Amino acid sequence: MLNNLLDFVPEIPVADGIDWLTDEITDMLSFVFDPIKEHFGNFMEFVAEDVLMVIPPVIFILIVALIAFFVSGKKFGLAAFSIVGLWFIYNQGHWDNLMNTVTLVILASLLSVIIGVPLGILMSKSKTANAIITPILDFMQTMPAFVYLIPAVAFFGIGMVPGVFASLIFATPPTVRFTNLGIRQVSNELVEAADAFGTTGAQKLFKVELPMAKSTIMAGINQTVMLALSMVVIASMIGAKGLGREVLSSLQRAEAGTGFVAGFGIVILAIIIDRITQNMNKSKA
Amino acid sequence: MPIIEVKDLSKVFGKNKKQALKLVEQGKSKEDILKETGSTVGVNRATFSVEQGEIFVIMGLSGSGKSTLVRLINRLIEPTTGNIYIDGEDLSKMDKNALRSVRREKLSMVFQKFGLFPHRTILENAAFGLEIQKVSKEEREKKAKEALEMVGLGGYIHQKPGQLSGGMQQRVGLARALTNDPKVLLMDEAFSALDPLIRKEMQDELIDLQSSMQKTILFITHDLDEALRLGDRIALMKDGSIVQIGTPEEILVNPANDYVEKFVEDIDRSKVLTAQHIMKRPETINIDKHGPRVALERMKEAGISSIFVVDNSRNLKGYITADDASDARKKEVKDLKEIIKTDIPTVEKETALHDIFSIIHDTPIPVAVVDDGKLKGIIVRGSVIAALAGDGEVNLEHA
Repeated sequence: MLNNLLDFVPEIPVADGIDWLTDEITDMLSFVFDPIKEHFGNFMEFVAEDVLMVIPPVIFILIVALIAFFVSGKKFGLAAFSIVGLWFIYNQGHWDNLMNTVTLVILASLLSVIIGVPLGILMSKSKTANAIITPILDFMQTMPAFVYLIPAVAFFGIGMVPGVFASLIFATPPTVRFTNLGIRQVSNELVEAADAFGTTGAQKLFKVELPMAKSTIMAGINQTVMLALSMVVIASMIGAKGLGREVLSSLQRAEAGTGFVAGFGIVILAIIIDRITQNMNKSKA
Repeated sequence: MPIIEVKDLSKVFGKNKKQALKLVEQGKSKEDILKETGSTVGVNRATFSVEQGEIFVIMGLSGSGKSTLVRLINRLIEPTTGNIYIDGEDLSKMDKNALRSVRREKLSMVFQKFGLFPHRTILENAAFGLEIQKVSKEEREKKAKEALEMVGLGGYIHQKPGQLSGGMQQRVGLARALTNDPKVLLMDEAFSALDPLIRKEMQDELIDLQSSMQKTILFITHDLDEALRLGDRIALMKDGSIVQIGTPEEILVNPANDYVEKFVEDIDRSKVLTAQHIMKRPETINIDKHGPRVALERMKEAGISSIFVVDNSRNLKGYITADDASDARKKEVKDLKEIIKTDIPTVEKETALHDIFSIIHDTPIPVAVVDDGKLKGIIVRGSVIAALAGDGEVNLEHA
């Protein structure tokens, strides 16, 4: 009886609507998506196979160790860990997978930062932008990451490009939020001081607000990189190459050992990237 | 022409601005307006002007609207109504670009918590104002160094603000404001965050600097002692309105209403009042015209036991006592010069009450107030005590 009250409206075709929307967008914007798929896909392949994989592993490991050494304030801990960790991945025969994963993570993070920082600045300056973007960010972060794979495949087919697209959606919010926060946290008196001396908007942003917000923004970027890395396994479900694909295939074949080794590789990469980005923040702040 | 002229300047915070403004014009109080409209009146029809070279102090307790007022003057806060003229130009009607160039060229601000940029060195902080005007690095650093030298910070230019003490940081704040060579310095509670000794030192330095630079300074403070030390004139604020504007003496001696009176109640009057405020018109006799007989008569008339002696142009010559005068009359001495005493305690017109205590303590006769050797008035113990008690007759016509 009471249930009839709830049933007085037939099921609203939300899913069908979104299907339709996705199809329409795919059709209408194929002139945008197709070139991205092709050129960006080629570019990623070029970075992974013709740049990173060409570098001899020894040199690569040494470069990472040197970076680790200098950003951590000339301490040996992180550098030593990088050498041992990367050697272990090499030893397990996952070097090419590692290079593919690094390509995916770095490009996805780079794009996230390029999109996220300006968006964060916009949010900090405009109440309207803040009110519009905040719920979108909430949506992006709480929607299960798998869901992004579906339109990603529709737009970009399978491979690395949809992986980057899905990572982008999942990993951009922290950079946006922290940039916004960092600029809003700049003390009122400093903003007043900048205004009182007659700065233009751009001068205030680049000479006062961004330098003051830098460490907060860097913390956001660190989070973005970590989230991009956590998308590696999920992105492999739509054909992104790398360590994630090994984890996925060993899951399908119930090979605990292979799965563990590939998963451990991701952990090592995560620790190295995390510590390096964190230390960059500290040493400059 | 005044450098700063503020006319009917009001600021209402909140939603019902129009309605609140109407009530402001009707002269309703801040409290009533808040009740009726839910809007807060930050500044209520402030009107004043500041002349070139003047230190104008705006003084009030927290919440009185003084910090809002100073921010209205360079439009860090947009005024609701009213006009601000800087150097004759109406700031309140300017567009962004014009406002920016006024801020760059004519107004500089010093902040309570210094407002220094922690990521920049002292030199870069001091040069900030010129840097954003795209002055060449060489030129702006030269000017910044000069300003830093002026405030006594020549040696710290490559440190970051965090490495300096509060007093030194505020010197940087002052140097940064001076580098632009502005006409007007806006100082918002500039010394309030400093401890008392450093604060006094900075006040003295500001007075010194001001005597050589002759800027127009608008100084905000909640500290009456500071206001009295620094201000050529003081405006007292309460609930967003200016309740009295006057010289320190006028405010102390002649408070406009109960609020001001209460405010100045606790002040150490002995440091502010000077000899000219408490002196009385002296009874005198003329050494060139009069003899002991006239002296004695005048003393009897006035009921005093000694009288000051002056010459034709009122130069102070000395005093004679009643006893001496009466002896002289008995001995038939005609000339006052024979009985005059010259060990007179004297003070200048500007001598503070504080410094008169010890002089008046040691002397049985009144203290003479002289200006350029001429007798201007006398001070008796009674008037010192009355002035300290705050209810003596105090003459402002000399002030």
